Amino acid sequence: MEDKWLYTISSKRSLINFNFREIWRYRDLLLLFVKRDITTVYKQTVLGPLWYLIQPLLTALTFTIIFNKVANIETGTVPPFLFNLAGITTWNYFKTCLTSTSDTFRANANIFSKVYFPRIVSPISVIISNLFKFGIQLLIFIGFYIYYKLSGASIQVDQSLILFPVLILVMGLLGLGLGMIISSLVTKYRDLKYLLNFGIQLLMYISAVMYPLALMREKLPKFAWLVEYNPLAYVIEASRYMLLGTGNLSKFGLGYTLGVTIVILFLGIIIFNKTEKTFIDTV
Amino acid sequence: MSIILKATNISKQYRLGLVGVGTLGDDLKRFWYRVRGKEDPFLKIGEVNNRSTKGESNYVWALQDINFEVAKGEVLGIIGKNGAGKSTLLKILSRVTSPTTGEIKTKGKIASLLEVGTGFHPELTGRENIYLNGAILGMTKSEIRQKESEIIDFSGCERYVDTPVKRYSSGMRVRLAFAVAAFLEPDILVVDEVLAVGDAEFQKKAINKMQDISRGDGRTVLFVSHNMAAVKSLCTRAVVLEHGKISFEGNTDQAINYYLNNNSEADSVKAVSKRSLEDFNNEKLQVNAIQVFSEDEDDILALDKPITFSIVVNKKEAYQLDATLKLKDERGNFFLTTSTIFSSDVDNESKIGELKFEVEFPEFFFSANQFMADVLLVENKNKIIFNLTDILSFHVIDAKKELGAWMGKLNTPLRIKSNWKQE
Repeated sequence: MEDKWLYTISSKRSLINFNFREIWRYRDLLLLFVKRDITTVYKQTVLGPLWYLIQPLLTALTFTIIFNKVANIETGTVPPFLFNLAGITTWNYFKTCLTSTSDTFRANANIFSKVYFPRIVSPISVIISNLFKFGIQLLIFIGFYIYYKLSGASIQVDQSLILFPVLILVMGLLGLGLGMIISSLVTKYRDLKYLLNFGIQLLMYISAVMYPLALMREKLPKFAWLVEYNPLAYVIEASRYMLLGTGNLSKFGLGYTLGVTIVILFLGIIIFNKTEKTFIDTV
Repeated sequence: MSIILKATNISKQYRLGLVGVGTLGDDLKRFWYRVRGKEDPFLKIGEVNNRSTKGESNYVWALQDINFEVAKGEVLGIIGKNGAGKSTLLKILSRVTSPTTGEIKTKGKIASLLEVGTGFHPELTGRENIYLNGAILGMTKSEIRQKESEIIDFSGCERYVDTPVKRYSSGMRVRLAFAVAAFLEPDILVVDEVLAVGDAEFQKKAINKMQDISRGDGRTVLFVSHNMAAVKSLCTRAVVLEHGKISFEGNTDQAINYYLNNNSEADSVKAVSKRSLEDFNNEKLQVNAIQVFSEDEDDILALDKPITFSIVVNKKEAYQLDATLKLKDERGNFFLTTSTIFSSDVDNESKIGELKFEVEFPEFFFSANQFMADVLLVENKNKIIFNLTDILSFHVIDAKKELGAWMGKLNTPLRIKSNWKQE
């Protein structure tokens, strides 16, 4: 008799309650959330998805002027603008994943307080819908890549490019994990939101976005560990290697990144699960 | 009959006040106790949840040791005044938040309607929102597709279905939202009385649909409400919540009687506005008391009893004082005025000291509804001394309604017994 109960609502929870079957049952909701996010973001704007392009282009241009022209950072044979654009495109995906998932509980408080569905559907849908934005930004990168290639710059796509989607997946998951941890803590203590805003900015400077990893080791050996311990630096470095054939592909570094991602993702799921049950009382 | 849902020892503790440095301290203390393998120190404290009295502790129990069982096909009513813990219980049942202690076991899928239209996105069209809202409520895409035309039909918004929802009137939005909810097919449906607001047509539709669900399809419904008439006609059994505890459990009639008789401060009872009468005191006049009551002294304003209003003042000078009573319905529309000005019996020009005005309305005059009253005190039929707006707020109830009788609200605030003839 007892074992015929369908499910139990209680305060007790197992540490990792990642009910994959339940998430699968809500897959339609996941897709509808993705569709909603993509179609509604730029409704009633004149330039629409063009906004996706303007931001990375202007940032890449600024970086090129400041870091390459003024501060003379060397990017080898690769045109500095393309070098920066590659870094910014990948970095942007991580950044949007992190900022939008870290807002999950607060932004969805209205729905979450009225109806139950596996909460994790929300951050996952955000990771997926951000891929769309990333895709558009990647297209613009490809456009410039072709332009520079035709003008005779020495750039070459590496054959490891087939692993690029895996790289992006790892980065998305890292953003998801971190975002879930932050979103859980933000529900009670809003201070973290402000910390996050400039934390991300600082993180960018130690993620080898606008300089090659090797340059950091050479010029500032004392502080190179900051970048070397940062899993994102390896992702950015590897993406540039795949897209432009510059820098190096550190197998150790990528292994380290993967390890950190898995740990953070698990931690994120644990904390998220703990929070989702009662966050509505504290948000 | 088989038990489909069983709640054992459900309790829920809330922290009052703001989140700040204090909460961080409590969190750290809790963490420290847990690290040492001790029990959460804050679960021992906490007070019974009584909204109106001032408490010592920052923690209250919104629910305490709730136990009940629901059989398959049963419609369980949950009644209680504001703040008794009804909504908290609903939130736990619909898994929006989890209990502090205890557990609820269920054998069926629970769907909750705490609100219609959850997750509607204003930029999406009606049709897109049907899919989104349906999915949020737990339907799959193919289930929604099967019912799509029925839903649109039921909502009566066919013409607008491909227009963004932000262009809808609020009424249309509610219709569309309810249509989606109406085609949910859970084993257990949890419904908040929030559903029963809205215009009369919508209310009727909602209640009919719920009757269909429970009677027609034999599904289980948990219904939370203040509306005794709705509880009476829908529910097969009811529990009364009081200060976070179950104070009565039994058949619907007994539960309603218990609730009406034991809640001297229930929402169904008259109340004088919080505005203090002390503000209405000057060199000419002092207002001592304004009351509404029926001849029974049990604090309930029942529609089958005459209802009396009384105004007691202390008149300090010589002039003609008149009182005017203006009644408003729950939406704030004035519907009736009565005044001593029109009554030749009231002559107090020369009197100084305490005066009492009384006016009685006959039985079956008010509808069962919420009302408010303004009182005007006028000097020499031309100058207002005091205007006491919303000084009374009261609820006339229909405590003895027959089972199965019509249970909607009358559209008019008043009615009269007239001399109808039949030939």
